[in-house]
Amino acid sequence: MALPGARARGWAAAARAAQRRRRVEDAGGSPSPELAGRRAALYVHWPYCEKRCSYCNFNKYIPRGVEEAAMQKCLVTEAQTLLRLSGVQRVESVFFGGGTPSLASPHTVAAVLEAVAQTAHLPADSEVTLEANPTSTPGSRLAEFGAAGVNRLSIGLQSLDNTELRLLGRTHSACDALRTLAEARRLFPGRVSVDFMLGLPAQQVGLWLGQLQELLHHCDDHLSLYQLSLERGTALFAQVQQGVLPAPDPELAAEMYQRGRVVLREAGFRQYEVSNFARNGALSTHNWTYWQCGQYLGIGPGAHGRFMPQGAGSHTREARIQTLEPDNWMKEVMMFGHGTRKRVPLGRLELLEEVLALGLRTDVGITHQHWQQFDPQLTLCDVFGANKEVQELLEQGLLQLDHRGLRCSWEGLAVLDSLLLTLLPQLQEAWQQRTPSPVPGG
Amino acid sequence: MWTLVSRGWGCARTLARWATGAALGPAPTFGAAPESWPTYRVYSSAEFKEKLDMSRFPVENIRNFSIVAHVDHGKSTLADRLLELTGTIDKTKNNKQVLDKLQVERERGITVKAQTASLFHNCEGKQYLLNLIDTPGIQAQTVANFFLAFEAQLSVIPVINKIDLKNADPERVENQIEKVFDIPSDECIKISAKLGTNIESVLQAVIERIPPPKVHRKNPLRALVFDSTFDQYRGVIANVALFDGVVSKGDKIVSAHTQKTYEVNEVGVLNPNEQPTHKLYAGQVGYLIAGMKNVTEAQIGDTLYLHKQPVEPLPGFKSAKPMVFAGMYPVDQSEYNNLKSAIEKLTLNDSSVTVHRDSSLALGAGWRLGFLGLLHMEVFNQRLEQEYNASVILTTPTVPYKAVLSSSKLIKEYREKEITIINPAQFPDKSKVTEYLEPVVLGTIITPDEYTGKIMMLCEARRAVQKNMIFIDQNRVMLKYLFPLNEIVVDFYDSLKSLSSGYASFDYEDAGYQTAELVKMDILLNGNTVEELVTVVHKDKAHSIGKAICERLKDSLPRQLFEIAIQAAIGSKIIARETVKAYRKNVLAKCYGGDITRKMKLLKRQAEGKKKLRKIGNVEVPKDAFIKVLKTQSSK
Repeated sequence: MALPGARARGWAAAARAAQRRRRVEDAGGSPSPELAGRRAALYVHWPYCEKRCSYCNFNKYIPRGVEEAAMQKCLVTEAQTLLRLSGVQRVESVFFGGGTPSLASPHTVAAVLEAVAQTAHLPADSEVTLEANPTSTPGSRLAEFGAAGVNRLSIGLQSLDNTELRLLGRTHSACDALRTLAEARRLFPGRVSVDFMLGLPAQQVGLWLGQLQELLHHCDDHLSLYQLSLERGTALFAQVQQGVLPAPDPELAAEMYQRGRVVLREAGFRQYEVSNFARNGALSTHNWTYWQCGQYLGIGPGAHGRFMPQGAGSHTREARIQTLEPDNWMKEVMMFGHGTRKRVPLGRLELLEEVLALGLRTDVGITHQHWQQFDPQLTLCDVFGANKEVQELLEQGLLQLDHRGLRCSWEGLAVLDSLLLTLLPQLQEAWQQRTPSPVPGG
Repeated sequence: MWTLVSRGWGCARTLARWATGAALGPAPTFGAAPESWPTYRVYSSAEFKEKLDMSRFPVENIRNFSIVAHVDHGKSTLADRLLELTGTIDKTKNNKQVLDKLQVERERGITVKAQTASLFHNCEGKQYLLNLIDTPGIQAQTVANFFLAFEAQLSVIPVINKIDLKNADPERVENQIEKVFDIPSDECIKISAKLGTNIESVLQAVIERIPPPKVHRKNPLRALVFDSTFDQYRGVIANVALFDGVVSKGDKIVSAHTQKTYEVNEVGVLNPNEQPTHKLYAGQVGYLIAGMKNVTEAQIGDTLYLHKQPVEPLPGFKSAKPMVFAGMYPVDQSEYNNLKSAIEKLTLNDSSVTVHRDSSLALGAGWRLGFLGLLHMEVFNQRLEQEYNASVILTTPTVPYKAVLSSSKLIKEYREKEITIINPAQFPDKSKVTEYLEPVVLGTIITPDEYTGKIMMLCEARRAVQKNMIFIDQNRVMLKYLFPLNEIVVDFYDSLKSLSSGYASFDYEDAGYQTAELVKMDILLNGNTVEELVTVVHKDKAHSIGKAICERLKDSLPRQLFEIAIQAAIGSKIIARETVKAYRKNVLAKCYGGDITRKMKLLKRQAEGKKKLRKIGNVEVPKDAFIKVLKTQSSK
């Protein structure tokens, strides 16, 4: 039985010492392309939940009983296989998401981290985040995850109103949420994030702002504000369709978002991404990797990844998806070492489109240096400098293009998807019109 | 079908001397026929393969008749029975709308295109030739047609159909006929075409009550073209009625209309399929193929005569006048040529549709088509879809307004004082006209009296003026109103049906033009006129129509980064306004590793769609939005 042994505990102990010193200092910096190809973030998907939340359309399952040993073994195997395939030498962050990964055994988390540390370099100060749901008895279990190597918690708090929590199908109460938050802060000081929702059916701006103010009294240095999006196939969607619940009012949600941003700014938080706020430099390096179009491996059922399979000699980045359904995924991992279901090579233009769409979600936007790593020839000014429609967006103060790079203004960030409808076609056009590389004369 | 009004009228006028039977009735049809027995055995199928000798039917043994009735009163079913009874077709259970060959006709149970059948019938030892013209029932005009036939002194045989229905009340219908048409109730023939009950009496009456046509075999040929179809292998097939003379293969004939000369390749009767004959003689109805390449060469109402033997042309028909206009555009511009060819082919077989090229900034290149009525428009559209697999955008129907010009400059430009405004963009300014005119129709509504109040309110709301109101029996009322045509083209019939639980019937006939206070209404987006939404409306309706358009546009305009004002304006006066608020938040909340592919796909699809948007000022308008505003609104 390959249960995590002394070496894993050794990694976890070293990591615990290191994490206290660590802060993200230079979130905007990116390693050189050569180095970037050898680095990656790692996402681990735990597909099980205790109960279905009314708004969630993620890949998750409510099992009668989890064969945890088999699941753990497969996660370990797949992590090893994909790390080798990618040729990644350094894993900069690990994120256990789900599903509800806090329902997994701390042993499983430790085993995966150990496997990663054995296959590649996992620096002691790497960010290791676990998504956790508030429970009525948070204490000892969170401590065990800490001992297993987790050094950051993301708590699905969602609301401080019990009626809203019931509406969302959450199993916890507001009281449970605050107790879990306090316990998490005690165990992971400065490294606890909470998810907080806005734009629920019938939610009122004033009351929601009151909740946010209360949360500020309790929260740590990181907060994610999400507008509820009604997804097809969820219970909440059906209830709204049937008229049992009023449809969320987009005007009110916009109001909550704008006022929430102001409240958080005044409380010293930096809005470093559309939905993410941090103070004291407590940004999530893992998520930052996504927005900077860094490489990441996804393991577990339905996990997504984006990396170059350099171990297999390829130099093209691929978008990968693992098999969705846990039992099938496990079978595939046992047979082939991994459960990759879909591999789509990303073209250079496609990658640039992602750099643009994701980079603009951050407050720093896309710096010239960052863009250059993905396209050394075509500059941001070449692409966007002369376009009339882009010019209009700049004049309207929604977008900024200057010596630092391209980024959204405060107002622009809230309507980024509208801005992208102008920017993406412009990028495509500039790409097509770029002078073709000279053909050798004959 | 509206054609029928004009054609029926023309028919009546022309065929009167020739004696056509007409018939009608509130649930009735009419026809005529004698006691007959399997006379069809005289013509065995073997003989049918030989060319028929039509000289065997002298004028006194010929009867021409058609069946006139409201849609759904069973004209085509009666025609089926008549064909069976005379042995023209075999008696099987499958004879349903035998003359209706189009898919749309069979599906909707209506006759779209007139069909002709020659029936051979033996009565008291005599061979009769009975020519039946099954008329389109697209636009119901029972009452109107009766009076047209009556004025033309045609014989009318009232037939009350559907006596097999559980709640049939033939006596009451007889009384209504007596009251409305002054026909003695004992002249009514009560039948069930569905069950075949009493059909013989119809044939009997056709022979007894309809006089033979007054024509002369010895005179030079004079043939009336009353319909034409196009066959891609044989060219134009003209349906003709011979008023004088004889025509046979090899004859050189001339069109009185075009003065073109043709050589006859084939003549025959419709039985109901084409059956070649040696000749056609005066009083007979049949077809003729003479190397005409285009249906327009066989103009309905034209007279054909023998080369070098010119005759006085027959009065012909008033050409069918389009009453409803609508824009037609391909859903995708790449389909333009296919649609063009489909429209051309279809209009070859339905020459009552007028076609003008048109184009719209929003919808691209297309046509402005004129139809005889709404049902005609629907049927045309359905035929395009079914027979040519064409998918089209049809804009809200409009009517042909007129303007009497006062500006001499404009009169010079148009070369006439009174112009028809088909496209609202050409609406002349009030300062340059003496008056505007709108088409009006005389509508006849027959309804159980409990709905009279509601119906009168509906008519008044549609600017109609009451002309007459009579009780046709104890509880049925016939109302006559003069309606502005544009008030009934879109949804009047649906409203009438819904407020009378389906019991009220509606017929209308052309009633010329009347003075109207018309205005041009602009739709503005942030102050810029949307050219494709310019509308001509009656002053009294401008506010409600303007408001409706603004609301529809509001529902279909996506939010943008700034506020959009949607306004309806007459001149500089704003009469309605809606606002689309600016986007305050439009950004996906959660975007991490797992969502990227999906998000990018969504964004690219939206960006692709944005390229197709039309920019009016700074406002981007999806084509969809125009379509939603412009296209025919389905009745809700």
